[in-house]
Amino acid sequence: MSKVSQYQDGGISRARSFAPDLRHNAFEARAMANVLLTAGAWFVAALGAVPLVSVIYMLVVKGGARLNTELFTELPPAGFEMGGGIGNAIQGTLVTVGIASAISIPIALLAAIYLAEFRPNSNIAVAARFLSKVLTGFPSILAGVFVYAAVVLLMGTYSALAGGVALAVLMLPTVTLTAEGAMRMVPQRMKDAAIGMGCTKTQVVWSVTLPTALPSIVTGVILAVARVAGESAPLLFTALFSNYWLRSVKEPTASLSILIYNFSSMPFENQIELAWAASLVLVLIVLTFNILSRFIGRPQV
Amino acid sequence: MSTAAVLRRPKTGTSSDIAIDCNVNKIFYGNFLAVRDSAVPIEKGKITGFIGPSGCGKSTVLRSLNRMNDLIPGFRLEGKVDFLGQDIYAKGIDPVVVRRYIGMVFQQPNPFSMSIFDNVAFGLRLNRFKGDVEEKVEHALRRAALWDEVKDKLKASGLSLSGGQQQRLCIARAVATEPTVLLMDEPCSALDPIATRRIEELMLELKKDYTIALVTHNMQQARRVADVTAFFSVDISKGGRTGFLVEIGDTNNIFDAPETELTKQYIRGEFS
Repeated sequence: MSKVSQYQDGGISRARSFAPDLRHNAFEARAMANVLLTAGAWFVAALGAVPLVSVIYMLVVKGGARLNTELFTELPPAGFEMGGGIGNAIQGTLVTVGIASAISIPIALLAAIYLAEFRPNSNIAVAARFLSKVLTGFPSILAGVFVYAAVVLLMGTYSALAGGVALAVLMLPTVTLTAEGAMRMVPQRMKDAAIGMGCTKTQVVWSVTLPTALPSIVTGVILAVARVAGESAPLLFTALFSNYWLRSVKEPTASLSILIYNFSSMPFENQIELAWAASLVLVLIVLTFNILSRFIGRPQV
Repeated sequence: MSTAAVLRRPKTGTSSDIAIDCNVNKIFYGNFLAVRDSAVPIEKGKITGFIGPSGCGKSTVLRSLNRMNDLIPGFRLEGKVDFLGQDIYAKGIDPVVVRRYIGMVFQQPNPFSMSIFDNVAFGLRLNRFKGDVEEKVEHALRRAALWDEVKDKLKASGLSLSGGQQQRLCIARAVATEPTVLLMDEPCSALDPIATRRIEELMLELKKDYTIALVTHNMQQARRVADVTAFFSVDISKGGRTGFLVEIGDTNNIFDAPETELTKQYIRGEFS
């Protein structure tokens, strides 16, 4: 028999000469390692979920009791006073975050358009990108100190406006970088198509790049908003606190995070309960933003 | 200007029959000489096919006809490209305006991530078209032989269509604004044979209204649809890879009685 004809059947007949055992063997080394590692992975995952679940449990249990309309419509109580709500803190948080968005989003979008579309490799772009990355890791309390020096001292008063500026400083780099990334993800061939139709650079950005990138940009914006909504450090030096409704952005304002900080250290049962309720409201606001970003983040067409 | 390589210009071509009179002396990318000595007159109402091996500069020449190459850093063209009597590389010419008259269909179908309707209406809105947009869109989709397949789902995403349909959508988008010339850069190379067939039929239909310049890697396609064929080759003698025009003429002449040895070899399939 020649060497070639020996393998004409592909070696099947040789395999059949000893029947392999195909049954599962639980005590084989590989099978045991598999079970052990799978169990380990489950355990670690559960361990990681413990802080999150227990915090949310505590918030619902302790804060849920005060979750009623009074909470949203009333002003915070004075010491020994019963009842009351955190209406002005919710208002203050929404206003400062609104101011922060109004300042940071336009600037961040224009910067991102420049970085992604107009001069991505210019010296200014490289510097701006680097500084944005540095700024994302910037300690938030320093943003507060900066705005204290730049706005509060200038205006002569703590104010909602100053709080908004401080939060804007924190939002700016994140929104810029996510928007730049989103616009870079738009395929070059779509931009080529627009240029081939006779679009100016500006028209390419407005009619193709921005609409295509919009879902990702909105996701980035919402996540940045959710992040700064819970910030307290930058507001300490800028918006301060107030026990009254906000009537002008030039006044100091309450905010949920500062209210939680203030009330949790008070010796009154009522205030501590309100601090728990405020925590729950804050978490719900952030959660809403996160869920919203998931829906908007889906491609529209 | 050296036209030694150009052996035969189409004998029917008088200047009034020519939509784009392309006289490229040299095209550079930085210091790299990409194309030299290529004079390609694009005749009105005809399909001019550009064939040749990879890297011969056929796409480069095509893309220089509506200044798409301006996007590439370091691009520089020596010579003249006359579009209906105006040099599009002259000072003061706006490349954006040039591209509105000289449309383009790309190798990869590239619809926008918008609805089918919005894709076709894009150019109309761009030019602030005041008339009946819906009628124009329907007309363009009919022109591109796509209407019957999409008329019930105009709101669906352009990206939900098959590759061949996407390419016809891109053609509809290009013809909606009624350009004078349509440049097609290997429009079928990403498509299957059936879709290719349909696009080819479409090109033959479209040439009644438009002048078409077509780059193709597929010799048979040039033979099937092109009236005039330009054969490019690549010169690697001087260490670089410089493309140049070898021969241009009526398609039948180029395929059946080519004048140069290089063309003969290429047509016979001796290199590609």
